[in-house]
Amino acid sequence: MNAEVPGIGAAARYIGKRVLRKEDPRLLTGRGQFVDDISLPGMLHCAFARSPIARGRIVSIDSTAARDVPGVHAVYTAEDLAKVSFTMHTFFMVPTSVKTPTLAEDHVAYVGEPVALVIADSRYIAEDAASLIEVDYEEEDPVVTLADAKSGQPVHPELEHNIAGQMGDEDIDEDLEAAIEGAPHRVTQRVIHPRISQSPMETRGVVATRDGPEELTLYITCQSPHTIARWVSLALGLPQTAIRVIAKDVGGAFGLKNHPWKEESSVIIAAMLFGRPLKWIEDRYENLTTANPAREQDITLRIAFDNDGKLVASHSEYDLNNGAYPQAVDDGMAAQMFLWSAYKLPAYGFLTRAWYTNTTGLAAYRGPWAMETLVRETALDKAARAIGIDPVELRRRNLVKLSDQPTASVLGLPLEDITPAECLEKLVENFDIAAFRKEQAEAREQGRYLGLGVATYIEPTASAGSMGVMTGELAQVRIEPTGKVTATMSTHSQGHGTATTMAQVIADRLGVPYEDVTVFEGDNSRGGFGPGAAGSRQGVIAGGAAIKASEMLADKVKALAAHLLNANPENITIDEGMVHVEGAEEMSRSLSEIAGIAYGEPDRLPQDLGTGLEVQYRYQPPPMTFTSAAHACVVEVDAETGFVKILRWISSEDCGTVINPAVVEGQISGGLAQGIGMVLLEEMPIDDRGNTTAATYKDYLLPAISDIPDFEFLHANTPSKSIGGMRGVGEGGAIIGPPTLVNAIADALSPFGEIDILELPLTPSRILDLIEGRDISGSAARHQAQAGAQLEAPAAAEAAAPAGQAAAPSSGAETRIDGDWKMVMKTPMGDQEMTGHFETDGGTVSGYLASPEGDQNFTGTVDGNVVKFDLKVDKPMKITLKYNLTFEGDSVSGKVKLGMMGSAKLSGERL
Amino acid sequence: MSDHQIGLTINGRRHVASVEGRMTLADMLRDDAGYTGVHLGCEHGVCGACTVIVDGRAVRSCLMLAVQADETEIKTVEGLAEPDGTLHPVQQTMREEHALQCGFCTPGVVMTLAALTSGNAQPSEESLLKALSGHICRCTGYQGIRRAAKRLAAAGSGDAA
Repeated sequence: MNAEVPGIGAAARYIGKRVLRKEDPRLLTGRGQFVDDISLPGMLHCAFARSPIARGRIVSIDSTAARDVPGVHAVYTAEDLAKVSFTMHTFFMVPTSVKTPTLAEDHVAYVGEPVALVIADSRYIAEDAASLIEVDYEEEDPVVTLADAKSGQPVHPELEHNIAGQMGDEDIDEDLEAAIEGAPHRVTQRVIHPRISQSPMETRGVVATRDGPEELTLYITCQSPHTIARWVSLALGLPQTAIRVIAKDVGGAFGLKNHPWKEESSVIIAAMLFGRPLKWIEDRYENLTTANPAREQDITLRIAFDNDGKLVASHSEYDLNNGAYPQAVDDGMAAQMFLWSAYKLPAYGFLTRAWYTNTTGLAAYRGPWAMETLVRETALDKAARAIGIDPVELRRRNLVKLSDQPTASVLGLPLEDITPAECLEKLVENFDIAAFRKEQAEAREQGRYLGLGVATYIEPTASAGSMGVMTGELAQVRIEPTGKVTATMSTHSQGHGTATTMAQVIADRLGVPYEDVTVFEGDNSRGGFGPGAAGSRQGVIAGGAAIKASEMLADKVKALAAHLLNANPENITIDEGMVHVEGAEEMSRSLSEIAGIAYGEPDRLPQDLGTGLEVQYRYQPPPMTFTSAAHACVVEVDAETGFVKILRWISSEDCGTVINPAVVEGQISGGLAQGIGMVLLEEMPIDDRGNTTAATYKDYLLPAISDIPDFEFLHANTPSKSIGGMRGVGEGGAIIGPPTLVNAIADALSPFGEIDILELPLTPSRILDLIEGRDISGSAARHQAQAGAQLEAPAAAEAAAPAGQAAAPSSGAETRIDGDWKMVMKTPMGDQEMTGHFETDGGTVSGYLASPEGDQNFTGTVDGNVVKFDLKVDKPMKITLKYNLTFEGDSVSGKVKLGMMGSAKLSGERL
Repeated sequence: MSDHQIGLTINGRRHVASVEGRMTLADMLRDDAGYTGVHLGCEHGVCGACTVIVDGRAVRSCLMLAVQADETEIKTVEGLAEPDGTLHPVQQTMREEHALQCGFCTPGVVMTLAALTSGNAQPSEESLLKALSGHICRCTGYQGIRRAAKRLAAAGSGDAA
């Protein structure tokens, strides 16, 4: 029982054990409470009429026929919903950077955009009526692909281009380019990742009810009821309304359900207007064709190595198709930040851009920045083959080892305790590579193609404090008067098993039976704020909070017991619900007896000890906790059919203290299965009119039990610096799974050559492209056509550029810098508006920048019409911003270097 | 839409309903009879979450109309455990093997395994895994489901579902 648990020590009773999950009896017997299981008196059902075109103006909407269907109560359009002020916010809890309507207003921007909402007695009737709504559109040609976005008309009329966000340098640094071009070994890897669907088995859905003028209750499938309440409150403009959010059981989310989007918001507003409880449950057709999908990215990474295979320099250009209304603009900055974070790379540069298109806006998906691991690890294997060095050895020479730390990544990310190199060594100790190579060679003699893939990575988990939405977690732990323990946690489970793992931690640290602990969560009226399952954080942060709160509560029990039993608190122990005095077994008392006194007999308590046995603790962990891993997989590729069979898969991961190995392995396995789906099966194709062509699970292929091998686990547990020593494990499998599998396939296919452009999924036809040396899948023809289109693009882009911006500074008139300027900086968190005040004095300048966050003074230099100055900021992280501004007449433009975050563009005009 | 009178047995209890011709068995079980353990994951017969046992056979209730279930005997996931709460062997094995996470696909997996292991059936591991390839689970990576299937193939459930 008392196993040695890293980070906890020898006294662990429940931490580290595969206890049975508390959630399971309910879920196994059909007693789960998912959103569609909620039925309220007077509840009506909703369905949407959606746009059949990707782009166009709404000329008219005729809902007469729909309103005449018996059982229909109302049909709402944007005009109706406008009676409630509602501002769509991003995942970062700021208003979206482009105006995002709930129901489409005067135009539609993607196929499936909701245009009208029907309220009816049943979903059947609501759908009947929705199909009778006649909308007259003036159709326009849509911007669908990344190539379209670069050259096509702006998706959003208020913008002059389709760039949703941009970071890094448009012009490659000359020294960096020289370092790459001058290196003895160079490799280029382009990865094209299709749009994919998170596909939680429970689709989106909400039941909204206005319980009187000042109360709004939502049952919603989500990733945190607290985040939903916060988001809806902000969207409604912080009304004097109690917002209660309940989500007991959630059938998976994976990033799709961070916060409401157009459909849920429309239903919430409609419920406020209509005054009866409304339910909308997305069907799978809606989910696949209109729910916010993920990925759709195109990256080209160049890497240079010296003669010893050591990294010299690297550069990447990364484009992301964000769709029309992304839940938060993903400009790829997070991917850039982590791309080389675990490797010793002297020089790196990048350009990363998010593009708007007439497609469904992106949401997050398990490891939203995962492209960094996919492109780097597959490029490293490509390089290993080109250089003629073993892939494991190539990584060994370049990975940051424990002995190298503390250090910092090439972009300045501090590294203190990452262990990818150590995970890799543990992996190869447990896999006989030499024996595999022998088997591989023999198999090839027989025309069988085996391959081994290895990949390593680190993952930022348990982020708290550097972004406003990522906070600490609250544990409220009580020993009830009965002696049983209840805990109210800020956590939320969509299958994460937090009711189990938190109970384990509490039982362990408090000294009570696991069976005696009940954890409540999933309701924002219970427990403090927590952002829920987002960013692999709950086990680490809430686990730490539960440990600390339990230890504080145990101290209170000990103080009370010592007083009652006339003993020294240090001699009191709590074990399996019994309170013992060392050396005096006859004085043992049950926890229920002690609790009864604590609540009911205040006269018997010590003076300074309050009644009751309740403690709460909010844990603010270190800003970031890294998880590391190395994985290996073995495949056989059938050269006749192009089918891939996964023969073996080993995970060697370091997630610190493991609370429950079954839960940890479940998280990794689920992520790996999703990763296998990404590599072999999943793709959400969109035709040239913007129609999603995978509309059912017959078209959108998810991995089944027959596609997924048995996973083997090697837990390499280095305790983290957080309380309890846990590291996050929610997303990792989906990050490291894809490159591990791609590397194995590429290794198997190496007798046929290299996969030139890695376009996922690696369908049998794409694999046969390489085996048979011809374009069976049609991918190569498509890439060539797109490359041709791109060559023509610059002219069109220039034509679309605003006239003022392209104009050369030709006038000899002297530009006056002094005075006040209104400026906008484009940052990863959105546009930042500010007012700049400048006073020049010869070669120096001083002044201040004023923004809603406050004023900051600066001093700097002036050279002609170029002003340079530095500003140190603390939020969202400590960095020095280097401003380089050029003033021309009444306009100002320039760049701001954001430390490790690359650079941001700034533009403005004289006030 | 004309309504049809149907009568059937659900989890051992008589249920009489008036349903539209187009109503699926799944919607009838959930909305009319109140068995919300029947989960709808795709409504086109691929994901398997809505699987129930109709006259002893595992059936996708989203692909069957309620009127087709007239005078049948149906078992849903709510009807498997003993009245005292003791889990059915399939449920118990799945719990012990950590074969579920979010629990949304779980009722369907349970019903398929219960149907195939009921009575004296001694299905092979291969046949159980083949049947399970018709169930999509997005959380577990199927590790625990496969372990549970292997154990059930070896032991059978011994149940007369």
